[in-house]
Amino acid sequence: MDIAVIIFLTSGLFLGWALGANHLGNVFGTAVGTRMIRFSTAAAICSVFVVLGAVFGGGGTSETIGKLGAVNTLAGAFMVALAAAAAVWIMTRAGLPVSTTHAIVGAIVGWNVFSETWTDIDSLVKIMTGWVLGPVLSALFAIALFFSTVRVLRVLKLHLLYLDAYTRLGLILAGAFGAYSLGANNIANVVGVFLPASPFVEFRLFDLFTVSSAQQLFLLGGIAIAVGVYTYSEKVVHTVGRGLYTLSPVSAWVVVMAHSLVLFLFASEGLERLLAHLGLPTIPLVPISSSEVIVGAVLGVALVKGRHNIRWRTLGRIGVGWAMTPAIASAVCFIGLFILQNVFNQNVYDTPRHQVTPAAAERLVREGLPPALIARLADQTFESSAQLETAVASSRLSRGDVARIIENSQLDFIRVEPLRLSPKEFRWMSAGQMYAVYRIAGQTFPHRWMFAEALARESKDWRPGANAVLDKPRNRVLHDRVEVLARLFRDY
Amino acid sequence: MGETKDFTLFRRTKELENELDDFLNKISEGGLAFRFGVQIYMNHGPTEEFEEKLYHVNSLENTADTLRRSIETKLYSQTLIPESRGDVLGLLETLDSVLNLMEGALWGFSIETPDVPEEFRRDFVELTDRVVLSVDELVKGARAFFRNIEAVADHNHKVMFYEKEADKLSTKLKRAIFGSKLPLPNKVHLRSFVESVDNIADQAEDVADRLAIYTIKRTV
Repeated sequence: MDIAVIIFLTSGLFLGWALGANHLGNVFGTAVGTRMIRFSTAAAICSVFVVLGAVFGGGGTSETIGKLGAVNTLAGAFMVALAAAAAVWIMTRAGLPVSTTHAIVGAIVGWNVFSETWTDIDSLVKIMTGWVLGPVLSALFAIALFFSTVRVLRVLKLHLLYLDAYTRLGLILAGAFGAYSLGANNIANVVGVFLPASPFVEFRLFDLFTVSSAQQLFLLGGIAIAVGVYTYSEKVVHTVGRGLYTLSPVSAWVVVMAHSLVLFLFASEGLERLLAHLGLPTIPLVPISSSEVIVGAVLGVALVKGRHNIRWRTLGRIGVGWAMTPAIASAVCFIGLFILQNVFNQNVYDTPRHQVTPAAAERLVREGLPPALIARLADQTFESSAQLETAVASSRLSRGDVARIIENSQLDFIRVEPLRLSPKEFRWMSAGQMYAVYRIAGQTFPHRWMFAEALARESKDWRPGANAVLDKPRNRVLHDRVEVLARLFRDY
Repeated sequence: MGETKDFTLFRRTKELENELDDFLNKISEGGLAFRFGVQIYMNHGPTEEFEEKLYHVNSLENTADTLRRSIETKLYSQTLIPESRGDVLGLLETLDSVLNLMEGALWGFSIETPDVPEEFRRDFVELTDRVVLSVDELVKGARAFFRNIEAVADHNHKVMFYEKEADKLSTKLKRAIFGSKLPLPNKVHLRSFVESVDNIADQAEDVADRLAIYTIKRTV
């Protein structure tokens, strides 16, 4: 394995460590804060389930990787992960629960600014929507759940000791479930970028089941998260568990349940797929993170039980922390990239050039963009996406249209040379996929999307599914694989 | 890992629940034995039967002490009910003190063998009844604290009521004693016995006051 890959892996593991340190508070903060579960017990349960979630629940791909995919050199991606980890670490030092995804998006924005790549404003809008939506949704859920729990308890008339025992069990189960989801959802942020370069070899364990190289990589990432949980998470646990509001054990359970419910209903693709599968309408997914949701749930219970005891100062600090996380990440990333480029002489970005080729022009017009504008852009070469954006700025296009022009006009110059395929690609490609690659051998494509279309024409194994929800995971995997091949075949 | 721990936790919970119930049983049983003891003394003087009741209360007190210590140790060593264990501890200790007072009052009768004139005996028995009723309601209130938090207020209310009634009767009895033709040392002696019985109700009221606060703290 390349030494650079190992160095890069360390920044991913640092991110995993920071994530673990910050997120134990979300799943076990209230349980530890109310002294229902000892810190050491919580850390042990969390570590085990984070690793399980990472190895068995981690799909291996996520949107965040897609975004990271845009960061097109190893040194650049190293810096993005490092900057995100640094931002999360700083916030963890301050004891504030923050979103890792936001830190990553912030770092990518830093990379975009440095590499003069056009930034999709939508991802920034998404972050800010999360700041508002996450707490509001979870506060509402927590309030509803609180009242129904009180009502149920009134009917059940549980003995104090049993109430205590059941609450404890509930907190442990909810925490274990939360830790499992934490591992499953975030492992891609931590080591997902290395999937194509995974140094591990698949093997069989006790002749019972196969451990894939991806799973071994996820195990490594999961262990990094677990180490973070053990070594550095107490401050955030304290903030969530007692810092914001002093909860009772039952309300601690209400908070954790509201948190899991909101994430399950509004942020889980699993439920979306299930509903679509049953032919039911799906709940729109909203970009909220675990940290935003847990803070909202604590606030919801606090509002019902007694506003006067909310520590607004702590809440203010958390809010400032949320705003600062992406800002710090992008600043650290920008400075780090500058140092990497100018001191260590690393190539931190490849700026793809953009050109509205005849094929791209035809496609864009077909998609409803003004033909006059496309004709004006035709055959001009732009050195960066930012330059292209300036060129179309006067046309008052929607953000989506600008994104479409940028995406479709990116130049890649792919020449399909099957000789470049390594055993790794042979392992994951299906026969149909392989056939398609050989069928278009020798052809060149100026754009990546043309390459993808050519593959799809040759084999149904390369064709994305039509259902936006049900086929989402398959389509994402296909997209990532086209990406891997496109890099391999890029004609330098 | 967490799961196995919790199934053993439920077994321990059951044990602890039984111990708590047992402890409360001892207190209410103590009240009943105390009432019989005073009745016997008033009707027959310090007979063997009276001494039997005294030893009964005495042994209840010892068992209650052992139970209380065992419960306290379990609550802390197993970190159970972290939010309310301080309160439960306070409750058990003050309840135990009610039993101590009953035992102490009976010892007083046994050691000092006060000579209670015929005209005061009925009131002494009546006072004891009211005191024991307040202790009974207190025990019910304590049970409700563990099982049915909303009923605590009802029982507390009755504790207060019987305590007031006991106070009224003890005042009346003391007036009657000091208004009588008994020599002063006898009057003072009898007064101390009225107070030792009435104190039990006062203590029950104090415990009920604590219980009211614990109840507010326990609401989810």
